[in-house]
Amino acid sequence: MCQEHAYTRRAFLQKGLTMVSAATTVPYFIQASAYGLTNPFDTMLTSSIAGKPQERILVVVQLGGGNDGLNTVIPFGDDNYYRARPNIGIRANNVLRLGEADGLGLHPNLAGLKELHDSGLLTTVQGVGYPNPNRSHFTSMDIWHTADPRQPSGNGWIGRYFDNTCNGTPEPNAAISIGREAPKAMIGQINKPVSFETADLFRWIGKDLHETMDKPYEEINRGGAEIEGVKEGTQLEFLTRTALNAQIASDQIRSAVRVRPLIDYPRNQLGQQLQMVAAMIRAELPTRVYYVSMGGFDTHAGQVGAHANLMNQLGSAILAFTKDLKAQGNDGRVLTMTFSEFGRRVKQNASQGTDHGTAAPMFLVGPMVRPGVLGNHPSLTDLDQGDLKFGVDFRSVYAGVLESWLKTDSRPVLKGDFKPAMVFNKKV
Amino acid sequence: MTTAALRTTAALKPLKPDAFGHWQAHHLLRRAGFGGSPDQVRLLVEWGLDRSVDHLINFGEVPIEPISADDFRSDIMRAPTPEERLAFRQAQQAQDEVTLERLQRLRQEREQQDRRQMRTMQQWWLKRMIETPRPLEEKMTLFYHGHFATGYRTIENSYHMFLQNQTFRKHAVGNFADLCFQVIRDPAMLAYLDNNESHQRQPNENLARELMELFTLGEGNGYTENDIKEGARALTGYSFDGNAFLFRKDFHDEGQKQIFGKRGMFNGDDFVKMILGRTYCSEFLSLKLYRFFVNDLPGEVEGAARTFILDLAKLMRSVRYEIAPVLGSLFRSAHFYDESNMASQIKSPAQLVVEAVRSLKTPVVDLNILVDALDLMGQNIFFPPSVKGWDGGRSWINTSTLFVRQNLLTHLLTGRLPSGVGGSSMRSSYDAMHLLSHLDKKDGEYGLEDAVNFLLKSCLGPKPLEARRQALLDFAGANGGRVSNELVVGLLCLITAMPEYQLC
Repeated sequence: MCQEHAYTRRAFLQKGLTMVSAATTVPYFIQASAYGLTNPFDTMLTSSIAGKPQERILVVVQLGGGNDGLNTVIPFGDDNYYRARPNIGIRANNVLRLGEADGLGLHPNLAGLKELHDSGLLTTVQGVGYPNPNRSHFTSMDIWHTADPRQPSGNGWIGRYFDNTCNGTPEPNAAISIGREAPKAMIGQINKPVSFETADLFRWIGKDLHETMDKPYEEINRGGAEIEGVKEGTQLEFLTRTALNAQIASDQIRSAVRVRPLIDYPRNQLGQQLQMVAAMIRAELPTRVYYVSMGGFDTHAGQVGAHANLMNQLGSAILAFTKDLKAQGNDGRVLTMTFSEFGRRVKQNASQGTDHGTAAPMFLVGPMVRPGVLGNHPSLTDLDQGDLKFGVDFRSVYAGVLESWLKTDSRPVLKGDFKPAMVFNKKV
Repeated sequence: MTTAALRTTAALKPLKPDAFGHWQAHHLLRRAGFGGSPDQVRLLVEWGLDRSVDHLINFGEVPIEPISADDFRSDIMRAPTPEERLAFRQAQQAQDEVTLERLQRLRQEREQQDRRQMRTMQQWWLKRMIETPRPLEEKMTLFYHGHFATGYRTIENSYHMFLQNQTFRKHAVGNFADLCFQVIRDPAMLAYLDNNESHQRQPNENLARELMELFTLGEGNGYTENDIKEGARALTGYSFDGNAFLFRKDFHDEGQKQIFGKRGMFNGDDFVKMILGRTYCSEFLSLKLYRFFVNDLPGEVEGAARTFILDLAKLMRSVRYEIAPVLGSLFRSAHFYDESNMASQIKSPAQLVVEAVRSLKTPVVDLNILVDALDLMGQNIFFPPSVKGWDGGRSWINTSTLFVRQNLLTHLLTGRLPSGVGGSSMRSSYDAMHLLSHLDKKDGEYGLEDAVNFLLKSCLGPKPLEARRQALLDFAGANGGRVSNELVVGLLCLITAMPEYQLC
């Protein structure tokens, strides 16, 4: 993952291209021995193209707008739930149960997550939030992104993670976010993610003007810093190096997402994004953290139908993603985590919807998680101004991910000591 | 030292008049503004260094359509009237859900209107930057916008953002001290840094802290946490009502305070005055102006740059924070025209867009697309990511923003958009040939090598890389070698896609 040797055009042309094209079809163990035959420099170089498959990946799924946790992980055994939600409460016999004794279950459209739960691949962490909850979309989202409730305008937690690793210079593609702009969570002091909405936008459109545009563009942008006249340490060297990295990233990403997935994905926004992520993982991109997002969760009015659609999207997309990774043989390397900037109020409002709230559940998915339900469901009577009180600080979930999964000290990343939540099984 | 003597210290010594040639004029126009057409550069060369700098800085003489306070709606986010407040209270008490719903929806409608006005304002400002005959005015407004950073997302009041933008414009090359006194009265700033409700019972420290840390002295430079606390007390009461500054006497802490070791019943203005008296203030501001106008300084501040900045600061103090003479000295100095400072800055997204349009005279079909592109490149004007503004320099560039930059230029030149991007995608009717109009023709045609050399130089500078020239000549050869409008557009697309095009 660490970029210890600068990319040079010559080296790339000699070794890189063949390795890249092999990557999508040759099983890893063959590649490994091929790498073993070459000198350490080449291993570094090619590993910066292909990445070490045993390296772990985090996929963050953001649910934007404030997902109604109470109708996602439903305490159907508690009468107070139905008293607070006479119209929008989910009927007990529709709920997908998470265990007979608990009176707890998933929204009926989360069949995908239920299947993962039954296969031991899902952790549901209940009541996640933070002290002095903020109910403004932007502010609370910033808090989750920066892991800093007091100063949520700083850098992102994932950005800080990258700033703190590899002396601050990981792979140029170490962090990829799919969407219009890079989420704050991924933006560090030094490290910025690569972000794009579709792979098509991650290339130069000038090539479409005429076939003769291709050759000069390639010469110009793949020249790297090795052409005459470019001095080390200058702005020009920085720019030519970035230009070369951009072409390589574009090649890698676009050729990766062109490959058909091993299973069918649902035709929804999250499904499409996760399909791209799975394709990039399969293509052995050196990316460590992927970020995808879904919007529409701000269900102030007419919640029942809208939320049901969202749940369907969420469950079906994550199930397909997990199945695809398993078919690839990459499921052991990938941890998926969902979150939203806050949950919603216990009581339904006058528009058959709910208003901004506080604590809500998080889902973690993968064979490395501790299966089942973590934490207690927040009380529906002992409330904080009508909202659920949190039981798990979100930073302890981050701490768990950083320490147990990414194997890094969480304290500088979270700017504090948070006891890691026990979301993983012992083998991690 | 007298001001006159300060202007000509070794560091600030002016460029010799006969050393002001085409590339110096080109450099000046790009930095003191957003660049210009080859004709405009030639005009500056004709005028010479003194007159050019004078024209750029003393732009008050240059006529421009005035901006009116009515150019934007001031009432969208107005405070509720007493009647509205009463209606809300009554509905709450009666638990009248239906009325509460209606009032909520009305508020949401106003918020949507305001967001639309904000969008219009972004297009308005970008258009101004593109069209203004007073480029330094807009460039300094942009500088101050990033310096006294305030974001719409937090304050959600577009008219306040407009008022703030106007304040920056009015003080563009005016007095920095005066500007600071305005900033602590600015509704957008007061709301952004929570000073509008700061009360003597429990003063809010945000404005006091950022004022020193980010706006005047720089982090840790000669102030303590106690100065922040006491400064916060001094600033209590500085608030606003509607769209105007209001000093709330009952919020204000009138007691004795101790700031920078001095005691007194200081108010916010006294606090600012004391800050301005600190040497660090002029040095910090000079450093920021240096980074903005002379060199990004990706490394440490040392050597000639350091001496220059310190001398500039001395000059700034001697003229009591008048920015015009400071910039005058900067733009006249030999140091500014040093080879190491030419093509040494990474263009900000705004610079990239505006400079391309002004220098290449590309048509602007859809301002919306350009504003969107600024956002994708990391500079959503009126929406700085935090009170720190934008880091600038190399932070503008990563593998995704590089593609956005290249694609934006190709869009300006050809009208094309990436598939899946909204907006009008008409083939642009760009007359690229006008750029060559001063070249000699042979048999009614422009010489290919002449054209390629000229285009490369006018876009990139006096010494383009030989490899680039070859690539373009080969491209032209593959397309018949005739200098047609189509070929020139193709050449420009390739030139603007070069890594070095990102430098100014």
